[in-house]
Amino acid sequence: MTYHGQVLSRGAEALIVLTVFNGLKAVVKLRIPKGYRDKELDTILRSKRTITEAKILTQAKELGVPVPSVLFTDPQNGVLVIEYIDGKLLKNLLNAVSLDKACSLMQKVGKYVGLMHKNGIIHGDLTTSNMVTVGDEVYIIDFGLSSFSKGLESMGVDIHLFLRALESTHYGRHRELFKCFLKGYALVIGQKTYKDVLEKVREIRLRGRYIEERKKRPL
Amino acid sequence: MRLYRVYYRVINYPSLTRIEVMIVLGIESTAHTIGIGVVTDKEPYILSDSRRVYVPPKGGIHPRESSRFMSEVVSDVIKESLNQAGINIEEVDAIAVALGPGLGPCLRVGATVARALAIYYSKPLVPVNHAVAHIEIGKLVSGAEDPLVVYLSGGNTMITALLGGRYRVFGETLDIPLGNFQDTLVRELGLAPPYVVNGIHQIDRCAEGGKFIELPYVVKGQDVTFSGLLTEALRLYRKGRARLQDICYSAREIAYSAIVEVSERGLAHTGKDEVLLVGGVAASKTLRKKFEVMVSERGAKLYVTPPEYSVDNGVMIAWTGLLLFKHGITIEPEKAIIKQRWRIDRVDIPWAST
Repeated sequence: MTYHGQVLSRGAEALIVLTVFNGLKAVVKLRIPKGYRDKELDTILRSKRTITEAKILTQAKELGVPVPSVLFTDPQNGVLVIEYIDGKLLKNLLNAVSLDKACSLMQKVGKYVGLMHKNGIIHGDLTTSNMVTVGDEVYIIDFGLSSFSKGLESMGVDIHLFLRALESTHYGRHRELFKCFLKGYALVIGQKTYKDVLEKVREIRLRGRYIEERKKRPL
Repeated sequence: MRLYRVYYRVINYPSLTRIEVMIVLGIESTAHTIGIGVVTDKEPYILSDSRRVYVPPKGGIHPRESSRFMSEVVSDVIKESLNQAGINIEEVDAIAVALGPGLGPCLRVGATVARALAIYYSKPLVPVNHAVAHIEIGKLVSGAEDPLVVYLSGGNTMITALLGGRYRVFGETLDIPLGNFQDTLVRELGLAPPYVVNGIHQIDRCAEGGKFIELPYVVKGQDVTFSGLLTEALRLYRKGRARLQDICYSAREIAYSAIVEVSERGLAHTGKDEVLLVGGVAASKTLRKKFEVMVSERGAKLYVTPPEYSVDNGVMIAWTGLLLFKHGITIEPEKAIIKQRWRIDRVDIPWAST
């Protein structure tokens, strides 16, 4: 099948093409073969990720998390057609709005991530580049690295990655933003799990290279 | 921070014309290499580069043995470096030293020597972060200006770029570094040490003629992990379930592909259009080829630090020390204690444009 349309972005993983699919404004996510990796590995990664992404998008939607609807899949060719979300990247918006507004958006994100975690969905690549705001709503996009897991470790890594994304992209404001995120997250996931996940995040961070706090770890 | 008067000294330069230059001597001793380099702020920048590398008779680096080796040879290396540069130590404007991150006992050798030189010869002392130094020397010798830096070595695996006055970490290993992964793999497969023979890593020799078999490929956002891959590869080997060359090939293929994938994510995320490979593993031809394909598909440009400067050396410490010294950054000898876990994103980079 051929797709005609405007290339919206050339992500690290896929080509994002704006198109019209059965009369709907849609996005084709084309996982193009990567010349740098072994052909077999390339085929496995592209088809597995396409299948998982489609499955998870469908489940997340059922849970009430704002995500694009799946319109068509072709795993062998790494093709996924989804609904187009017309909005602004949270990454750009967060640094431009007041802290109050940013906080309420982050709280919403926390709520959705909590909802996914509670139901065993791990996004796998939580960054503010993977969130789109439409009015007051925040859509979570790019489930390309997502997986199913109810393990504390997976949830912890998911949160850790998001915190790191905030630190590197929204440095200066990241502490406040993360706090707001956690507020929404705790609300949905429940106090007990929230505490366990946070403890896990702390543990994961201490695994990183050259962390000062590691010195103070009790033996 | 105390501001030192930045002063220039007139010396006989290699070309025998007398020009004003600033000279910094740098000391590297973070792991297995004791390196002393002398640099200036004018071309040809690098005046001398002396080093000795501790090679363990078997197994990995034992910090105590490595540091013992360093303290035995360090005075010779300093003399050699000064001779090579054709200068007297009095002519040096500052002493730079890598205070971390690295192995404690080894770092202490460099720090002790640096403090002694600084005090005895009344020279300002400049504290240098080893990771920043790898990047800055890479930029100097490769010509990259504002790259996404992929720092791969035995002890480090990170994707970083200058943003807001610091090297921010956009991705790293959640467990073992890439160099450590491939060294451990070949060691456990009974192929090393030595890990590198004639400039070729044992994993590359072993991977020749190998075919792809499925092993765990783990990328978490912009981070990678290798311990699961290592465990599974060794399990297959011990159970005799796969051919040695297939294990080597697939393990290497997966580890390198994961690194290239997170690097591409870093490029997409930061919007940079240069990639700079630094660190010991950057010397790998296989890895470089993968990066070349990735950047050409993206329309970016690849810069690779030449092997002699991608491994640990004193020149990179001297050069970064010079940059820091020009921005007035020095440390009192009594405060110059080593920092084994000095993360790159804790260091202010005064020459950052963004």
